[in-house]
Amino acid sequence: MDPVTFLIQSLNGLQYGLLLFLVASGLTLVFGIMGVVNLAHGSFYMIGAYLAFSLSALTGSFFGAVALGIVLSVVFGLLLEWALFSRLYHRDHLDQVLLTYGLILIFEELRSLAVGDDVHSVAMPDFLSASIPLTDTLSYPVYRLFMSGICIVLAMSMYVVIQRTRLGMRIRAGTSNREMAQGLGIDIRLLFRFVFAFGVALAALGGMLAAPVSSVFPGMGSQVLILCFVVVVIGGIGSVWGALLAALLIGFTDTFGKVLFPDYAGLSVYVLMAAILLWRPAGLFGRA
Amino acid sequence: MRDSQATVRTLLTRAAAATLLALAAIPGAHAQQPKLKVGLMLPATGTFATVGTAISNGFRLAVAEQGGKFAGREIEFFTVDDESDPAKAPENANKLVKRDQVDVLVGTVHSGVAMGMAKVARDNNTLLIIPNAGADEITGPLCAPNIFRTSFTNWQPGYATGKMVAERKHRTVVTLAWKYAAGEQSVAGFKEAFEAGGGKVIKELTLPFPNVEFQPFLTEIAALKPDAVYVFFSGGGAVKFVKDYAAAGLKASIPLYAAGFLTDGTLEAQGDAAQGIMTVLHYADALDNPRNRTFRAAYNKAYKMDPDVFAVQGYDAAQLLDAGVTAVRGDMSRRADLVKAMETARIDSPRGPFVLSKAHNPVQDMYVRRVEGTDNKVIGIAIKGLADPARGCRL
Amino acid sequence: MKHSPPWLLLGLAALALAAFPLLGQAFYVELLAKVMIFAIFAMSLQLLAGVAGLVSLGHAAWFGIAAYTLVLMAPKYHPANLWITLPAAVLAAAAAAFVVGLLVLRTRGIYFIMVTLAFAQMFYFVFHDTGLGGGSDGVYLNFKPEARIAGHLLFDLGNSTHFFYVSLGAMAAVFLLLAAIRRSPFGHALDGMRANEQRMRALGFPVMRYQLAAFTLAGGLAGLAGYLAACQFGFVNPELLAWHESGNVLLMVILGGLGQLHGAILGAFAFALLQEGFASVTRHWQLPMGVVIVALVLFLPGGLASIAARLRRPRS
Repeated sequence: MDPVTFLIQSLNGLQYGLLLFLVASGLTLVFGIMGVVNLAHGSFYMIGAYLAFSLSALTGSFFGAVALGIVLSVVFGLLLEWALFSRLYHRDHLDQVLLTYGLILIFEELRSLAVGDDVHSVAMPDFLSASIPLTDTLSYPVYRLFMSGICIVLAMSMYVVIQRTRLGMRIRAGTSNREMAQGLGIDIRLLFRFVFAFGVALAALGGMLAAPVSSVFPGMGSQVLILCFVVVVIGGIGSVWGALLAALLIGFTDTFGKVLFPDYAGLSVYVLMAAILLWRPAGLFGRA
Repeated sequence: MRDSQATVRTLLTRAAAATLLALAAIPGAHAQQPKLKVGLMLPATGTFATVGTAISNGFRLAVAEQGGKFAGREIEFFTVDDESDPAKAPENANKLVKRDQVDVLVGTVHSGVAMGMAKVARDNNTLLIIPNAGADEITGPLCAPNIFRTSFTNWQPGYATGKMVAERKHRTVVTLAWKYAAGEQSVAGFKEAFEAGGGKVIKELTLPFPNVEFQPFLTEIAALKPDAVYVFFSGGGAVKFVKDYAAAGLKASIPLYAAGFLTDGTLEAQGDAAQGIMTVLHYADALDNPRNRTFRAAYNKAYKMDPDVFAVQGYDAAQLLDAGVTAVRGDMSRRADLVKAMETARIDSPRGPFVLSKAHNPVQDMYVRRVEGTDNKVIGIAIKGLADPARGCRL
Repeated sequence: MKHSPPWLLLGLAALALAAFPLLGQAFYVELLAKVMIFAIFAMSLQLLAGVAGLVSLGHAAWFGIAAYTLVLMAPKYHPANLWITLPAAVLAAAAAAFVVGLLVLRTRGIYFIMVTLAFAQMFYFVFHDTGLGGGSDGVYLNFKPEARIAGHLLFDLGNSTHFFYVSLGAMAAVFLLLAAIRRSPFGHALDGMRANEQRMRALGFPVMRYQLAAFTLAGGLAGLAGYLAACQFGFVNPELLAWHESGNVLLMVILGGLGQLHGAILGAFAFALLQEGFASVTRHWQLPMGVVIVALVLFLPGGLASIAARLRRPRS
């Protein structure tokens, strides 16, 4: 592999990892803060992508669709937490697995009833549809760079919110010791409700941003879900930094795996996970 | 009272006609022939749901055009959703064969499921007509007197494209396909013809089905700089690949060729990115012959949408069955005569007339198509009357 | 909680099942055989989730590994020997479960669920991506395995009635085995670990070893189910190991009632009934299924096996 190709492949890995981070960060927050296993997280990604498709047809603008989609998914998250997830906090993980598994089936079928099973593409905004020539044959789509930019901005703002604000302090308190935080007068129920809605919105945003490059198709949620799990396992539950590092590791492993040893590319990510588990059972940034 | 007279006359005519029909049916020893049970095993859910619907629509249109009857036997449909899940294929096929006791099994889209159906059909000696799945084996090593196909083998469009690409003086090609039977067989067909024509496949790239993250492969292709690229993708993967290929700037420098599924039923979603791509297939929506025009008009009238290649294959499956059933006058117990009639039938298809090979796969023209707007415009014929070599078939 | 199963009812149910093929409904005989295979699969997970308290979301891996072992071992042109392939398949599944168990049992709770899921997915990709097992297309089993004793054909798995009774026998055997295990010191120790792991550790029990033994045994029994499934379908593909399968079998366990051995059997039958029932009404059968699951979690946490208890003893 010549150096130029190597650099471009690295860019591919970086870009893939950042998108994965965007989706997985919501999952790790919900895990870490609320202690709830949420198998339906992939469905939120799928719902986001389909929202981008339906809403951009409705509003005629991709960014209009994204803005509206974020609002809708926050509301959707609040409703879900209120109606279902709030009943799960004191149940064991088994009930959580089951209920969210049921939700996946429901969401997939509702999607099928509402939009059908066709594959759709979502038009990207005109000013982002260009490509930047990198070599004499290869150009890099501007939209992919834009997507990575958004992911970086979001990662940085999450860092600021969690480390530097009162809200972030409460979230950190809730993650490390729920009862104590409650004792200190933090309204845990409200905090949970918004954290959950935020997690839904992050996954949905991931789906919306990915829609123009990945197109929208049935089953797109479950592919992402498992990778998100791996991200959370490698990074450590509740750790946003862990999720970022893990997502980037997976992005690079997968990208180079595909080119260097295609037969084992699907496997490589899981081998990486097994190795890290052997070394640190609670993940890179997790507390045992 | 001319009107009522007319009515009476019509009534009388109808009664006479009905009597005649009833008499005609007597040789079967029954005054009323039992219904002909057709088991449609197609995907109603999942990725291939729309393909399943198109096939079912096509089949039912052909039946409706015959007044709902083949050789006087009314057609009764039994349906099962195969979910495109090969693991459930034997069970689903058995539902139709053993529970519903259908006379003929029709299906399906997914090759793995079709292989399972072929197995059940062989075990129970049930008549099977495959309206899509292109697995080479079904009309190769697994061929059987009771198994027919009205679509294609994966090899056929691949081989025809290989010949066309070699004739266009491209010397080196990189191939990219999903790593599953359809992709591998299509690439094998392409390579066979392309290298026989003097070209060289310098690298065969694959990615697991149904993966759609193409970016690393596009980077690889750009580094290899071949004269042309051959791919096998369909449905959602096809939409994404064509857009990514254009977005990576490769479309301008390295021409893209493919089996026709890359641009069939996907053009609206692919938009500008697909313009000018040349593919090869046994059908094109814009195919200009009277048979196709009447078929498209009838389909559009019946279902308020345009048919595609899959609808044609379903339509032809019914035509093939009709040819057999009519030849034995509805007596399905005359299996040998039925099979003989189907083997020798000349199907008047919207894709142009075709006959079946010894292995029961269509011998058909492979059209070269170029994407213009939202149409695959036919610009020529890559190979006339191409038959699959049916390697391993002992029929 | 009372753990002794309702023996009389179970015996009657077994008799009713054994008489079923006499009705001669070929299709339903095959369907029932399939359900019984899934009952074995569900019971193996019951040992893990219900007894040992280890909720695995990757149980389909062992099912699939055994199925693949049979198909890959089977000769192309003549039947495989059941006495060799069956132990080999079960051992392969158990061995894989043992190795994975060493890793995953270092984790607990949410982690355990995700890590088992991820490892199952790893095996899924072993069969999906590498050239080992025909990739995503899967592999066919051309001939069903034979069981011969001194040259005599004991039974023919290709015959659906024979296969039915073999499945029924296997299900009964697994049930009796697991019932015996529950009553053994080993079973009691697992019960204790589910209830309070710390205390058992303090009492000097090698918790990890006990759990690893349970994990391995559950893997082997899931392998038995997988072996039978491969015989019945005559086909394997990576979807056998997919996480939806793991989800479905977990659902059967919960549907029947967590912790109750016969609940797993009940759950497998209820699941099949629901699936067939909904599928005959609508092609969107997963929608009512999903609603049933959600309702089950919210309103019937003890599963079907708890209904009888609830009726007997109205909520105080």
